[in-house]
Amino acid sequence: MQRIGVFVCWCGTNIAGTVDVVAVAEALKKEPGVVFSDNYQYMCSQAGQDLIKAAVKEHNLTGIVVCSCSPRMHEATFRKTAAAAGLNPYMVEIANIREQCSWVHKDVPTGTEKAIILGKAAVAKVNLNVPLTPGESPVTKRALVIGGGIAGIQTALDIADAGFEVDIVEKKPTIGGKMAQLDKTFPTLDCAACILTPKMVDVAQNEKIRIFSYSEVTEVKGFVGNFDVTIKKKARYVKEELCTGCGACTEKCPMKKVPNDFNLNMDTKRAIYIPFAQAVPKVATIDADYCNMLKNGKCGVCSKVCAAGAIDYTQKDEFISEKYGAIVVATGFNPISMDKFDEFAYNQSKDVITSLEFERLTNAAGPTAGKLLRPSDGKHPEKIVFVQCVGSRCDACNEKGKEYCSKICCMYTAKHAMLTRDKYPDTDVTVFYIDVRTPGKNFDEFYRRAVEEYGVHYIKGMVGKVIPDGDKLIVQASDLIAGKQLKIDADLVVLAAAIEPDKSARPLATMLTASMDTNDFFTEAHPKLRPVESPTAGVFLSGACQGPKDIPETVAQAGAAASKVIGLLAKDKLTGNPCVAQSNEMMCNGCSTCERVCPYGAITYEDKEFRMPDRSTLIRRVASVNPAVCQGCGCCTVACPSGAMDLKGFASEQIIAEVDAICK
Amino acid sequence: MSNSKKYLQEELIRISGVNPKKCMRCGKCTATCPAYDEMEYHPHQFVYMIESGDIEPLLESESLYKCLTCFACVERCPRGVEPAKLVEAVRLAAIRKQGNNRLTANDIPELIDEDMPQQAIVSAFRKYTK
Repeated sequence: MQRIGVFVCWCGTNIAGTVDVVAVAEALKKEPGVVFSDNYQYMCSQAGQDLIKAAVKEHNLTGIVVCSCSPRMHEATFRKTAAAAGLNPYMVEIANIREQCSWVHKDVPTGTEKAIILGKAAVAKVNLNVPLTPGESPVTKRALVIGGGIAGIQTALDIADAGFEVDIVEKKPTIGGKMAQLDKTFPTLDCAACILTPKMVDVAQNEKIRIFSYSEVTEVKGFVGNFDVTIKKKARYVKEELCTGCGACTEKCPMKKVPNDFNLNMDTKRAIYIPFAQAVPKVATIDADYCNMLKNGKCGVCSKVCAAGAIDYTQKDEFISEKYGAIVVATGFNPISMDKFDEFAYNQSKDVITSLEFERLTNAAGPTAGKLLRPSDGKHPEKIVFVQCVGSRCDACNEKGKEYCSKICCMYTAKHAMLTRDKYPDTDVTVFYIDVRTPGKNFDEFYRRAVEEYGVHYIKGMVGKVIPDGDKLIVQASDLIAGKQLKIDADLVVLAAAIEPDKSARPLATMLTASMDTNDFFTEAHPKLRPVESPTAGVFLSGACQGPKDIPETVAQAGAAASKVIGLLAKDKLTGNPCVAQSNEMMCNGCSTCERVCPYGAITYEDKEFRMPDRSTLIRRVASVNPAVCQGCGCCTVACPSGAMDLKGFASEQIIAEVDAICK
Repeated sequence: MSNSKKYLQEELIRISGVNPKKCMRCGKCTATCPAYDEMEYHPHQFVYMIESGDIEPLLESESLYKCLTCFACVERCPRGVEPAKLVEAVRLAAIRKQGNNRLTANDIPELIDEDMPQQAIVSAFRKYTK
């Protein structure tokens, strides 16, 4: 029989205001197993904890029930108190009489009655508690960063800086991500390449960092501290270790009509290419869909001109297995497709472009060498209309757009408008906005500068439709402040398209068993207090894969994710949660139901020898739980048809005892 | 808001099935409206005025009968507000209040020309019959 102590907390007036704490302590004294019961104003205070410790010693307590706030708040506190008093910390149960009782009830009799019932349930459970000891697992001291944009780059650099090895897996032939495509960056207008490419070089030169470019993660197994990851290195038909990046092949390749995705298909590249001059690694890649040699076996020009002998038409996809202690997701974002927005004539006119296309049009390394020219006729546009919130802030039922604010568009549109007016003062620039949202250091000042110093026309209202008319675009829009419908004959229309998570994020989340929201953004463990951790242990989030973010925020979050990774990798061993599933092998019939429902892949089956009463042996297939992977969710305990699975600390027996205590 | 205004507002919301509170005031409905020049009150004003209970001016406005019911505003609204349905609800309320038709059914054929889309004809019946 347990010797249980009950400690009822007032929480000032939080609990005592609606619960008669003295009556609760008195009532619980009569419960089976209870040998001591007391109340105190703040049980979590040092004095309150000392009261518990003293009672444990004085009354030889074997179990503790604290009637207080949510276990989320102070369960850890009271477990530590118990441990300090020499008790197993898992002999502590919390009856939540604040959030689930005093805060929701208004009158004292009801509150008191419910508090007593909740206390009884906790006492009933403690009577069946057994001491639990958490297991330990080792930590592989290497991190994996998935995605090589600014988020992944910064995270990798920060982890490497702390002395740990990091691998970056990037699906494109080069790291750099979206930031490499940008021209200038708000609000300081420094050139994106000037601040990004030195970081890319740092990555390449860092001994602790390996880059798997043109590669994808195809399988993730294991658990925090011990992930087994399979990486597919896609065949680029160029030997990375030999290629010097001289570019001779990209100049001589006769296949010139390959859409250049780095310039958003606004110009063409060769079938063998290096995405941009500062690419890291600076290695050529052959686009197998266009290469005549790979398709028809005719050509071989690149192989002939390559002095390094790096071309290898027989290269195959390669699969690499690596072990990691932590995984950082940095898969980033893309602008949404404009195909469904017929009203803006994106597919009808080449002169209706997205903001990212505008970035390339103003970038010195872009298709127009930085001259702002219309894609249709190469003329300088005299009148430009920017449309904000295209596909952002839509109704949940809207099939075209997204419900959220994409956050970065107000600032980059102000930037585009300002830079256009700066470079081409004769250009008339109009921005249609619904709201201008510029919270951020020096952000609103930046927007005001666009209006006040650079003379950008900001009009409150939305564009209803864009009608191509000869070489003009008739923009029909609302001016809500003037109460007018406007028709502007523009030369170029720029759509601030909403952003969405990269398409690779969803399958990756499945591999990682990391949760996502309805928009496919990764969910953080706590929206305020754990913003860079995924709820899945050992998986961390960096950059726009978690939600729309600008560069300053992304870099800050990347550093935060790195610090969490460093904290994990610095440990030699990880202490697990002992409240994990356990299979009773004598009852397990080997049906695999638990294995199928386990969201963490914690259950495997093994053939095990059993000694029969007649001393013969029998080999049976039974479930085995890896306690380091199990998160204690309890799915398997419900699914098991033979009742062989049970959750330590939350055994069926204990739950039923609680229900009985409440119902009797 | 007075009780009679509130009653009228609730009535319009009920018969239209539209929730004007979903509006984020972007004005895309009005930006897209082909009958803009003919109308005194524009689609976004219908939404805003119904939401704020200022409905009397709408009931008396010719705008009710200038709306083509082309549903461009419904199609384009990013928030799914459906302003045309609100215009129609006000039209119904006006016709019910008047107690008689704006035109008789016999007047309609003369007003219809061959290029008129079917939707507009259906809309014409909504405008001119009980």
